[in-house]
Amino acid sequence: MLTNFNQQLYNRRRRANAQGLILSMVAMGLGLAVLLWILFVLLSNGLAALDWNMFTKDTPAPGSEGGGLRNAIVGSLMMVGLSVLVSTPVGILAGIYLTEYGDQSKTAELTRFVTDIMLSAPSIVLGLFVYAIAVATVGNFSGYAGSLALSLIAIPVVMRTTENMLRLVPSSLREAAFALGAPRWKVSTMVTLRAAKSGVITGLLLAVARISGETAPLLFTALNNQFFSTDMGKPMANLPVVIFQFAMSPYDNWIRLAWGGALLITMAVLVLNILARVFFREKISA
Amino acid sequence: MPETNIELKNAIEVRNLDFYYGKFRGLKDVSMNIAERKVTAFIGPSGCGKSTLLRTLNRMYSLYPGQRAEGQINFYGTNILEKNQDLNLLRARIGMVFQKPTPFPMTIYENIAFGVRLYENLSKTDMDERVEWALTKAALWNEVKDKLGQNGLSLSGGQQQRLCIARSVAVKPSVLLLDEPTSALDPISTGKVEELINELKHDYTIAIVTHNMQQAARCSDFTAYMYIGELIEFGATEQIFFKPKRTETEDYITGRFG
Repeated sequence: MLTNFNQQLYNRRRRANAQGLILSMVAMGLGLAVLLWILFVLLSNGLAALDWNMFTKDTPAPGSEGGGLRNAIVGSLMMVGLSVLVSTPVGILAGIYLTEYGDQSKTAELTRFVTDIMLSAPSIVLGLFVYAIAVATVGNFSGYAGSLALSLIAIPVVMRTTENMLRLVPSSLREAAFALGAPRWKVSTMVTLRAAKSGVITGLLLAVARISGETAPLLFTALNNQFFSTDMGKPMANLPVVIFQFAMSPYDNWIRLAWGGALLITMAVLVLNILARVFFREKISA
Repeated sequence: MPETNIELKNAIEVRNLDFYYGKFRGLKDVSMNIAERKVTAFIGPSGCGKSTLLRTLNRMYSLYPGQRAEGQINFYGTNILEKNQDLNLLRARIGMVFQKPTPFPMTIYENIAFGVRLYENLSKTDMDERVEWALTKAALWNEVKDKLGQNGLSLSGGQQQRLCIARSVAVKPSVLLLDEPTSALDPISTGKVEELINELKHDYTIAIVTHNMQQAARCSDFTAYMYIGELIEFGATEQIFFKPKRTETEDYITGRFG
């Protein structure tokens, strides 16, 4: 037994432990309650709007009945898709540069610093920037400008996750590849990147989840389009801006569609997050 | 065990080698020869510089800024410490196997083929033959011939290490550097790797770092005893273990120190 056992000290520690536990449970409960509340409101309003018309009809004109979100869904998919096509290679290559090439160099340090600023920059600022360089100069809003704004948000996310995931790869694996006479780019792409694959994919999915709900950068860039269009050189309908405009309108069918769209985006983001978790779990077990 | 009166050809000659980690001097004026198609063992307590010495032989240290070597390392007559060396080509000729098994995240077959593809353009049949040859050399073929498409990480630790040896052998280097290749393995796997070393020395020059004195005695033809960055004694393994000239060597080998 303990020779100098102090009952008082022991009791005090037990009390402190119980208090700490209660506080953290309450904090967790609050967070969870808010999340469930949001989901509940979203489901109760959004499910009513969820029908086949939402996917087959376009956004209705003011005063007209019914309508759907087809043009906005397609517009969102196209802009997010293009932005993924752009930001994946740029983000991953930049991440490879930061870990495998630049590492401690001044350029790499500067890149990291700028990326961190980009990560925390308000998305409305990025939207405004793209407006100035790709909308004001050209003279019209466009899907391309929207994609560009979304890419500016996605690239830093992909870049930093790629960097962090590559950093987790043990240097012994790199050395083993170098020891066979492999040049650096082969080591980076064939061995290191491959070893970090699931983590990098997780980062990509989270970036997609992040940009699929962004509204501010699209307001000044893609704007909106009442009609179905796949021309990315023209203004383009998209879910976030449609939700923004419809939710505050006086028309019942618009408000209903806004809820439907919000539910749709939330579900998509949820699925992406679950996928990201699945991929990351694979990495941990591997 | 080698007869000392036989003329040996040196694959590598180390002359007055100093090595620095930043300002710290890790190797002090080391000179020694690594004989062709013999096994040379580096022994000594932790931190004595034996791994550092091994890592200078294929310029592995060059991956890290701040590490540098001075002196000469002549590899068949070429000083590899000179500037403008093609390090990738050098490392293809001087292979290395590490302490922990490091299979690449790809199939067993691809693990072997990866290094070969870097410098050779082989047909599918030739590559299949090379993979079989390398795995046979590493005494692994019979265990993996039916699962070449499986991930290299699915093998046991001992098998992974033999895969790494096979991978190094596959590119047909002239020298193999082994950095404590059995320290992460169980006794049975260790035995297999040691048999392998005895087999491989017919074709390759081998340098091995080991913490295991019996291993040095069993496997090597020459032994170098190092202590705090200095080469204390270097000679035929039999002489080092039975008639060491320096008392420090004797103390270490008999376990009075270390």
